[in-house]
Amino acid sequence: MDDDGALTEEQLLVGAPLLELLSGFIVELRRAGLPVSLTENLDAMEAVRHIPIEDREAFKYALAATLVKNHAHWRAFETVFEVYFSLRGAKWSMDPDATDDVTLGDDEDRPTLPEGAGDAAGQAGSGEGLSPEELAEMLFKALAKGDQAMMQAMARQAVKRYAGMEPGRPVGGTYYLYRTLRNLDLDGMLERMMDQAREESPEPLTPLEERLEQDEFEHRIDEFRKEIEAEIRRRLVADRGVEAMAKTLRKPLPEDIDFMHASKDEMVQLRKALQPLTRRLAVRLARKRRHGRKGALDFRSTVRHSLSYGGVPAEPKFKYPRPAKPEIFVIADISGSVAAFARFTLHLVYAISGQFSKVRSFVFIDGIDEVTSYFEGTDDIVEAVHRVNTEADVVWVDGHSDYGHAFEVFWQRYGKDVGPRTTVIILGDARNNYHSSQSWVVKEIRAKARHVYWLNPEPKAYWDTGDSIVGEYGTHCDGTFECRNLRQLERFVDHLV
Amino acid sequence: MTTESANDAGPRFESVPELRDQLRKVDYLSDEGIAGIVFLADRLGKPILVEGPAGTGKTQLAKSVADVLGARLIRLQCYEGLDESKALYEWNYKKQLLRIQATKADDGAGEAGGWEDISEDIFSDDFLLERPLLEAIRAEDPVVLLIDEVDRVEVETEALLLEILSDYQVSIPELGTVSARQIPMVFLTSNNTRELSEALKRRCLYLHVDYPDMAREKEIVLTKVPGLTDALADQIARVVRSIRQLELKKAPSVSETLDWARTLMLLGVEQIDAETATNTANILLKYQSDIAKAAKEFAAEEKSFSGDGVLSKGS
Ligand SMILES: Nc1ncnc2c1ncn2[C@@H]1O[C@H](COP(=O)(O)OP(=O)(O)OP(=O)(O)O)[C@@H](O)[C@H]1O
Ligand SMILES: [Mg+2]
Repeated sequence: MDDDGALTEEQLLVGAPLLELLSGFIVELRRAGLPVSLTENLDAMEAVRHIPIEDREAFKYALAATLVKNHAHWRAFETVFEVYFSLRGAKWSMDPDATDDVTLGDDEDRPTLPEGAGDAAGQAGSGEGLSPEELAEMLFKALAKGDQAMMQAMARQAVKRYAGMEPGRPVGGTYYLYRTLRNLDLDGMLERMMDQAREESPEPLTPLEERLEQDEFEHRIDEFRKEIEAEIRRRLVADRGVEAMAKTLRKPLPEDIDFMHASKDEMVQLRKALQPLTRRLAVRLARKRRHGRKGALDFRSTVRHSLSYGGVPAEPKFKYPRPAKPEIFVIADISGSVAAFARFTLHLVYAISGQFSKVRSFVFIDGIDEVTSYFEGTDDIVEAVHRVNTEADVVWVDGHSDYGHAFEVFWQRYGKDVGPRTTVIILGDARNNYHSSQSWVVKEIRAKARHVYWLNPEPKAYWDTGDSIVGEYGTHCDGTFECRNLRQLERFVDHLV
Repeated sequence: MTTESANDAGPRFESVPELRDQLRKVDYLSDEGIAGIVFLADRLGKPILVEGPAGTGKTQLAKSVADVLGARLIRLQCYEGLDESKALYEWNYKKQLLRIQATKADDGAGEAGGWEDISEDIFSDDFLLERPLLEAIRAEDPVVLLIDEVDRVEVETEALLLEILSDYQVSIPELGTVSARQIPMVFLTSNNTRELSEALKRRCLYLHVDYPDMAREKEIVLTKVPGLTDALADQIARVVRSIRQLELKKAPSVSETLDWARTLMLLGVEQIDAETATNTANILLKYQSDIAKAAKEFAAEEKSFSGDGVLSKGS
């Protein structure tokens, strides 16, 4: 792929290399998990013929509209797009002067400050001769004014100066980001901007005004950070080539993020994905219940209605079966690495609790506690889940999972409440720290309940290895399911109703 | 498919910037993505599937494009249980029954042989009830077809749309195939309560309409609420942006922003303070817990870093 960087603008415009680049791009989208069909591939090729080729934004939307049909995949699309097409940023941009060839360690780099990007930039000329203090001052002005072009230029300068990027070094982008940001003191900038806003206001800022100003400044700083990230990425692509970079940046789609190993950033994505998912599930399940399948012909009703058509049974009427809503008991291990999984599942179950006649929840580590009341009388599930984590009384001896003890206590205290309409869902990896399993409890529960299901956030390959005894518990369940990500969780819930 | 075959009448829009202007003139504030995809849909002769949170102007987009084109808007409102007879066409069987009975009565003795005539007769245009999809296809004047909230129909009904959206034609057993006289602009909106079928998505261009950014929201407010001062519109847009950053059960939609702006105007508010914001928060937010959360944020001296609730704590 290294001849890739050598494409001239003319070559790109001729079409063939662009098409080549596009097909590489689409291959990478597929690798990232996006389901791009052949039709869509062709549509994309056709679409780009209708937009001015030098308009990068238009180019991006044309590709997105034809290739990405699920908003949850937008982020993945954007990453791949940036890798494949950002290198040609200058060439895509309409400013002929901005042909800033991006190579590493190139000190001869031409000035990158765009024309008319503010007085300071004008005075400073290339920006090369600036002292760190002057650079900081210019950045402050750019941020305070919200001057986009200037912020972009400063981002380039900052990366060039502070990131210390060297060709061929196998270091990730976050390292360079860290090095760049360390030299910029953005927190200090925020403070200064706030002070300035306070000074400039004739009256003291009210708390609301403070808040709004701060949100605005944070927004700008955020934009600036993104510029820095983009600049680092551009340089990395130039150094390593498109394909290698795309591979490094490839991340699971939100629905495939592993609960047990999600990074902080992925957790945020998961939370974002959870809301539309619950809404979708709730609507879908309600619909399923309401409509179900068309029931048998309602003969009486059909005849009654036929009277208005002179006795012709013109409008057949059907009976709609209405199954009773199940009652749900969730019993969840909330220790260590399975905690995130428990939280997501609890959240999901409560978000669709309207589909059930009743939901009760119990959480355990080596002790067990009922937390149903946290969810009652509030519509803030996030807060309730938070309370589960901080307030529930789940430690009995040492705070290491003891399924056996937890189950025993469950049976003593709540066993009598399990009835023929109860569906019991047990959440956990069944890593029992070699305690005794007490699996007879699960067997007893199953004898009384409608169904017992076990959801395990571990990959199936790990089941029953080490201290995992999910197999033993599983023999007493109506089903054990691998539930590592939202996709699998959603599938289970669909199955449940 | 070339431009020519996509639309015999030639392209409807000159360029994306021009389309944006045209939309602005009918009070629709688009952005580059929105206008760009509408533009492409025309050039490619493809329907647009518009998704996004509630109240972000999905339906309005179709209406406004119709306005720009001086076209008639034909709307198929979807709901669960929608079927062919409500979406496409239906035989007016009450009229048919009456017709049959009338014929019987005329014949007196009920001489056979009339059946063929009758059947030809009662399956003619006179007895056809045209529903939105057929109406759009048979239209001779320019039309924009809006299939609103398509995620509400069952998967089986979706199949019905496929033939129309790919070939712009429908087959009616008794009448034969009806082909479109024009390729209308087609908008499908969805609130994403259900994954639409791959087949349907493949046929459409996809447009995600999100909450507008602050500048655009301010413009929308200024356009839709005449008499509002620039300063107040600015504040409204800022407050709404900040509220949307909180972790809420339901974030305020553009329609709610507009309602709020109208309310503030009626109340004669010149500048929003925490008290006003709190007292009128119920217009922006629908859930008690959301209102409480917002009120807390706006009264607090120090910004409490919202958004790092338990779920992100992960260990
Ligand atoms: N970009 C915009 N320009 C002008 N008005 C807008 C815009 N976006 C939204 N609105 C206004 O906001 C209101 C809500 O828009 P609309 O009904 O089209 O939303 P929607 O996305 O279809 O919502 P739903 O998902 O609930 O059907 C309308 O009054 C509309 O005029
Ligand atoms: Mg709508």
